[in-house]
Amino acid sequence: MKSYNNLRFTIKIGGEAGQGIKSAGVMLAKVATRSGYHTYSYTEYPSLIRGGHNVTQIEIAEEPVTGPSDNTDFLIALNQETLDLHANELTSGSGVLMDTDKKLTLPKNCPFEVVSFPVPLKELAGKDLLVNTVALGATLALLKGDLEILKDLLQEAFGAKGEEVIAMNVKAAEAGYNYVVDTYAKGKNVIYKNYLEKKEITSDQIVINGNEAVALGAIAAGLQFAAIYPMSPISNILHVLAAHQEEYGYVYKQPEDEISAINMAIGASFAGARSMTTTSGGGFCLMTEGLGLAGMTETPLVIVDGMRGAPATGLPTWSEQSDMQMVLRAHQGDFPRIVLAAGDPEEAFYLTMQAFNLADKYQTPVVLLIDKNICENDQSFSLFDTSGYKVDRGKFTMTRVEDFKRFALAKDGISERSVPGSGNFFIANSDEHDEFGYSNEEIANRNEQMQKRMAKLETCATEDMAAPVLYGPEDAEVTLVSWGSNKGSILQAMKGFKERKVNFMHITWINPFPAEAVAAVLTKAKHVVNIECNYSAHMGSLIREKTGIEIKDNLLKYDGRPFFVEAIEAKLREVL
Amino acid sequence: MTDQIASITPVATDLNTPCSPTWCPGCGNFAILSAFKKAATQEGWNNTNTSMVAGIGCHGHIVNYVKLTSVEGLHGRAIPVGTGIKMANHELNVFVFTGDGDCMGEGGNHFIHACRRNHDITIVLHNNNIYGLTTGQTSPTSPHNFKTKSTPDGNPDYPLLPVPLAIASGATFVAREYAGNVKELTELLIRANSHKGISILEVVLPCVSFNKEFGAEFFKENTYRLPEDYDVTDKVAAFAKALEWGSHQVPLGVFYEEAKPSYESEIPQLQHNILLENTYMDRDVTGLLRKQG
Ligand SMILES: Cc1ncc(C[n+]2csc(CCOP(=O)(O)OP(=O)(O)O)c2C)c(N)n1
Ligand code: SF4
Repeated sequence: MKSYNNLRFTIKIGGEAGQGIKSAGVMLAKVATRSGYHTYSYTEYPSLIRGGHNVTQIEIAEEPVTGPSDNTDFLIALNQETLDLHANELTSGSGVLMDTDKKLTLPKNCPFEVVSFPVPLKELAGKDLLVNTVALGATLALLKGDLEILKDLLQEAFGAKGEEVIAMNVKAAEAGYNYVVDTYAKGKNVIYKNYLEKKEITSDQIVINGNEAVALGAIAAGLQFAAIYPMSPISNILHVLAAHQEEYGYVYKQPEDEISAINMAIGASFAGARSMTTTSGGGFCLMTEGLGLAGMTETPLVIVDGMRGAPATGLPTWSEQSDMQMVLRAHQGDFPRIVLAAGDPEEAFYLTMQAFNLADKYQTPVVLLIDKNICENDQSFSLFDTSGYKVDRGKFTMTRVEDFKRFALAKDGISERSVPGSGNFFIANSDEHDEFGYSNEEIANRNEQMQKRMAKLETCATEDMAAPVLYGPEDAEVTLVSWGSNKGSILQAMKGFKERKVNFMHITWINPFPAEAVAAVLTKAKHVVNIECNYSAHMGSLIREKTGIEIKDNLLKYDGRPFFVEAIEAKLREVL
Repeated sequence: MTDQIASITPVATDLNTPCSPTWCPGCGNFAILSAFKKAATQEGWNNTNTSMVAGIGCHGHIVNYVKLTSVEGLHGRAIPVGTGIKMANHELNVFVFTGDGDCMGEGGNHFIHACRRNHDITIVLHNNNIYGLTTGQTSPTSPHNFKTKSTPDGNPDYPLLPVPLAIASGATFVAREYAGNVKELTELLIRANSHKGISILEVVLPCVSFNKEFGAEFFKENTYRLPEDYDVTDKVAAFAKALEWGSHQVPLGVFYEEAKPSYESEIPQLQHNILLENTYMDRDVTGLLRKQG
């Protein structure tokens, strides 16, 4: 158990790909939230569908928990690799549940005395497919969890597959649970730890990852058209969108490639639909030319980039934050683009919704950056609230206007937009164009249209741009600067340094950039550490570019793994 | 037929724009423009019911000369823009104007996938067998040994024929016309637009500046009309016919036509309204969020 906070612990489940590790993890997280706890899950898997080693860890705590720990309090091992690779994360007294049918054994070099609970998972399951469910049942018995909650969850998860499948799973969960009680209880009330003991439920909690949050945020924001080509780590966005299109009346289309995706979305948006596409770095590269087309033709468009690791195919199932400078610069020439970055699924939800309004208001592409850790890590939050949201279509008319000038000069940079079929004539012209959209390369026209388009960024900076959030005391000995999913690990680590005056500036607006607000925090700071998951400090460079301030102390990593909370804690100990 | 194109004078219609065409005198694009405007005037295609998309090339300039709301997009990418428009508002007539470089080279992938998806749009493929706008390089449809600026010793590659490619890719209306046959082209544009599903209309045209081989004379000599009794529903025969190209062997007319539900007619969300008219304000996702609990 974590030394600085005795209300938080980590459960890790490991096995082969195809053994349902991730789904077992989500189920365990939901058992915990339905028992009154907060959860944060982190999954690691290679780019394989079967075989290969998968693990999910679930952080469970009495207060909100936001980042992964690198030690494990309870390990569920469905294969030998789990024990071999993760025994060194155990601490003295950690619990281990392991499959005896597979003759699993703890490695000889396991540094601590751990409490192990061998269970014949395979035998109890009967079928390979049910091993994970047996393990969940056994885990609940060991951790004083409520089996009824797990049964409800199985019912919900397999409801569509019929009574037989539900019954099979419930039986498997009971078999695991009962085996542990019969074998290990020996009259005890708590067999190993009371980690999952049901508490009073105080708030309406959901467990959600960034992909789900983006998809649901888009639906809530009035998405009408999405074209998305599959790619890790964002494929689940399209799975969620595809599933609900009929119910909500939008269209999700799988295109032949990302070039088609962005151009379809531009076509649909030109015709009046609130449109989006999502991708990862490689797909974004292919979309680059379309990005500029949206900017030049002043067509609203939401693009979500879920960042993964390394160039080319790189580290497809791992995380990195190295797309920022590409997204800021991609495409030739200058045009206004709005770039936002979310720090967790909740921010991803609200920023997606905002992105649709910004795209329509400024008639230009809006890119939302999330990283793989946000895309795929499930976290518990209070139910999101959309009641304050209003769809804003900006300056937009569907009715005929005499002598319509689609690109009429305007001080704020925003002209009235219309659609084909409205009776209004215009050309959304990728060539430089005049106020109607006719190709025009005259000097005066070029300058006027260029200045008009670029003025949007200033308008946006005054009317919509948010300052970064400063967590912790205003006056601190150390100021951490970061963006994206590092937010969670940083906030979690800061809990252990309450007395030590650490604050944290979390930046979500990348372009336009809140330079003044950022500079104000940095000039006051005593010691600044910039934290990013990339090699070349993209945010550090941006801050230097926009404020002239160079942050010298950088904590950077690019191994595809997130910052574990302990790594941030170690850095804080070093600089404090 | 050279005279035919040279003698085409634009008809004054509501579709005229203040821009005058910048094409070379005698360019086949004048004839396509003329036929399109005639068809539009005849059919009442206007800004309440029609939209156009163009690729990049000489052909793409057409959007400046027809007063119909349009997108001039990126080189090779007109087709996905067109399908995006159609999905958002399937009541619009959507015309995509593209070139042999634009959609057999840069955008080839979009072409074959649009064919198999059967969106109810019309693709007009201006095939002059050369890159015009970039001043005369070989194109995917240029013949073997063809001398251009990029193939001074003759084209080492072999040409791609758009018509059989379209048939093989699943297009449900596939035709070829010569630009100079304005009357027939006008009729074909109308027929292509009224076809439910994807219509591929290859229009062969001279590029007077950079393609001396496929000038008006060539087409006059070598084209012939598919016979009256030709069966447009026989896909295998159509494919065989479509492979014909050469001396006195360039068929014109409709090669293939198939009645098949269009993409838009099969999507449940598009059955009652156009997409734009489905409710999208004040959507409630609380139910979906609670399922995450
Ligand atoms: C991405 C990109 N690559 C290259 C070009 C340059 N370019 C413009 S038009 C064109 C070829 C045009 O050939 P075609 O489509 O046959 O049209 P035509 O001019 O003959 O009508 C090229 C290569 C471009 N605009 N964009
Ligand atoms: S270069 Fe060829 S295609 Fe282009 S305008 Fe001149 S004749 Fe027409």
